[in-house]
Amino acid sequence: MRRLPGVVLLGALLVVVPARAQTFRYASTGDLLTLDPHSADEALSNSFKNNIYEGLVRFNEKLEPEPALAVSWKAVNPTTWRFQLRKGVTFHDGTPFTADDVVFSWSRQKSKNSVMASHVSTIKSAKKIDDYTVEYVTEGPDPILLRNLTEHFIMSKTWCEQHATTEPVAGLSEETFATRHENGTGPFQVVERVPDTRTVLVPFPKWWDLPNKRYAITRAEFRPIANAATRLAALISGEVDLAYPVAPQDVARVEGQKGFRVIRRPELRVVFLGMDQWRDESLDMPGSKKNPFKDVRVRRAVYQAIDEEAIRAKVMRGMAAPTGLIIPENTEGYDAKLRERYPYDPAASRKLLAEAGYAAGFPVTLDCPNDRYINDEAICQSLVPMLARVGIKVTLNAQTKSKHFDKILRKSNNNTSLFLLGFSPETADAMATLLPVMTMKLEGSGAWNGGRYTNPKVEELVGQIRVEMDPEKRRKQIFEALKIHKEDFGHLPLHEQLIIWGARDTVDVVPDPRDRVQLRFVKMRQ
Amino acid sequence: MISGILTRLLQGLGVMLVVGLLAFAVSTKLGDPVNNMLGQNATIEERESMRRELGLDQPFVVQYARYLGRVVQGRLGVSYRLGVPVGELLRERLPASVELSGMAMLLTLLVGVPFGIFTAIRRRSWLSRVILGGSLIGLSVPTFLIGLLLIFLFAVQLQWLPSSGRGEVVSLGPWTTGLLTASGLRSLLLPAITLALYSLALLLRLVRGELLDVLHSDHIRFARARGLPERSIHYRHGLRNALLPVITVAALQLGNLLAFSVVTETVFQWPGMGLLFLQAVQFVDVPVISSYLLLAAVAFVLINLVVDVSYRVLDPRVRSTVGGS
Repeated sequence: MRRLPGVVLLGALLVVVPARAQTFRYASTGDLLTLDPHSADEALSNSFKNNIYEGLVRFNEKLEPEPALAVSWKAVNPTTWRFQLRKGVTFHDGTPFTADDVVFSWSRQKSKNSVMASHVSTIKSAKKIDDYTVEYVTEGPDPILLRNLTEHFIMSKTWCEQHATTEPVAGLSEETFATRHENGTGPFQVVERVPDTRTVLVPFPKWWDLPNKRYAITRAEFRPIANAATRLAALISGEVDLAYPVAPQDVARVEGQKGFRVIRRPELRVVFLGMDQWRDESLDMPGSKKNPFKDVRVRRAVYQAIDEEAIRAKVMRGMAAPTGLIIPENTEGYDAKLRERYPYDPAASRKLLAEAGYAAGFPVTLDCPNDRYINDEAICQSLVPMLARVGIKVTLNAQTKSKHFDKILRKSNNNTSLFLLGFSPETADAMATLLPVMTMKLEGSGAWNGGRYTNPKVEELVGQIRVEMDPEKRRKQIFEALKIHKEDFGHLPLHEQLIIWGARDTVDVVPDPRDRVQLRFVKMRQ
Repeated sequence: MISGILTRLLQGLGVMLVVGLLAFAVSTKLGDPVNNMLGQNATIEERESMRRELGLDQPFVVQYARYLGRVVQGRLGVSYRLGVPVGELLRERLPASVELSGMAMLLTLLVGVPFGIFTAIRRRSWLSRVILGGSLIGLSVPTFLIGLLLIFLFAVQLQWLPSSGRGEVVSLGPWTTGLLTASGLRSLLLPAITLALYSLALLLRLVRGELLDVLHSDHIRFARARGLPERSIHYRHGLRNALLPVITVAALQLGNLLAFSVVTETVFQWPGMGLLFLQAVQFVDVPVISSYLLLAAVAFVLINLVVDVSYRVLDPRVRSTVGGS
């Protein structure tokens, strides 16, 4: 018989005894940083927010917006949105949810200290019309407002005022009550939290969506386990029911274990290469007065020298979906017609290099993280000989993500010639990639455009996509922008990595493409 | 004696200043914390403004001066990662680390010293050979590997002990302890053994070596000649003289166990300061990194002080020569 650790036994005694079978225990790499939904914008913390807090709108499992705390909405004019709020919703502490909470949460999330401000930054003002009607006025027409509202978390005004936490904490300010306590409207409430050890949740008995609930658990315990081998051990020894991520090399180990399986699906993230397209002289060729990557033939040559199929099969052990498009599937604006990759063709690659005047190749440093994406360093290592075959002498510079991002982003003046990046449009709309990755000239653009790719036509289109309210027209514009970018070889997409979760057979879960475990989609079978 | 201690404390202060500077210099070279604090949706302008707010746009000297000013006032700052005051964070994590390293130290002493004595006295016994061979494993196999092997054996295969975490803890005022619950004790076992193994092997071999040295010295030969019983020779005359260097090494090992249990804590997800430190390094959480290193320096300075004082008590020779230097 499987032995349960004492923690679980003791914990289970606190709830009713038959509930034990429906306790869902899961583990991931780190702990959530804070319970305050406006204080951290980090993968694990973000993955937890929807268990506790909710927005006016939420994503269904296909990442399409659906009503949550708002039952309906309509655009009064292109910049004014009126939301009809759900009646009978209560916060975990029992206070009723009204329009005041929405207006308050908007100002809290938009405040100077909030790191989640980007999701509400286009909202110029919020006005309570009556207790269950709120009006948001946006700066301009905003076609992705609804998607952003899925990350606009509603807190109780009364509760925040009572506990003096009307603003989230920022870098140097002190901790507030909301860091360690929660009071959301969401499906689960926190009953115990020991940082870096465990967070225990139970279903909220007054959740508004209880009649349609899709979860079948009576208790959830989340445990951070940083070390991948220990996490795997916890899964196989039966201490947790689900562990994620599982490294590609451990998939066989989990699948070979009776009673366990691996859940996988493409993640909402594309891993790609970026190239310096703005310096007149490459960082790696001082004195040459040349930057090879300014020539589209060179960018194409690099692309066609990469054997992505080999990367998928060997480096990723099949845990990747090769793509020629910089935005992943499940994203608004995604079009399968653009997905096809240009063929792997070293001969064509060498010819292109010769035409561009680099028949003898050129030296370049490849900047790569070694702890951010699945097998990121290994991908880069495999690129070195592939590019060497066409004459490009690659020096690999793999380092920890903090140093990598520091080097390739704006703070260090985009100090890179060639880099690996994996980007996820978290709102599941193409705009989330177009603006930060593919443009330079628009307001708020370029934060992740390490090679400063820019094309006047793309800039113009993105400016239109930003305010176009007609979905069909907008999709055409996105298609156009992505097509130009693809023909420009502005970046070189490699693949969508897969999310890989290890689970007991008794766990039934809908994996979220953002690599999030949503407790409201978790069922435990007896 | 008092002036000796004062001198030591002053020297300690110097050490702390140097460590403080190094810690700060190193932690500012780990990358850009702002990028970890703000999510990927932040614009370039938002990143710049956060950087200004944290003072990260200032020259290194200014940043260091500000940091020093804060530390002198007893303010260690607020964690970039968790938004919680660093002092509080360290206080919360301290019990877990102290209990882990305390238990490891206990194992080191309770096993290392007797085994060391045994292998010195019964040099040719087969058991001595086994123990000495085993101690080589403790010295040479990396900690994380030992930890993973123990997890594999006792948690996955035999399922006797939990693979990670601290189990159920009990709060005693500001202190939390896992020593009072069955699950806490069970959870402590594997990490404590993992952490202890190196220092245990080290101490065992040291005790053996020192004792062998002493047992070959003149006063032992005279004692044998006088016909004293072997027991008295080994323990009263031999061991007492062999223990001085052992105390120094054991005390420094305690410092090591306390300050550098990073690997063990990570492998076992032990919620102590070592795990906190590693996460801080990955996030470039400068206030936590520098405070932790300062704390480690304080621990070493204090331990050294205690060792010095205990020398004066234990060894009459030190008392007469080093008196007021």
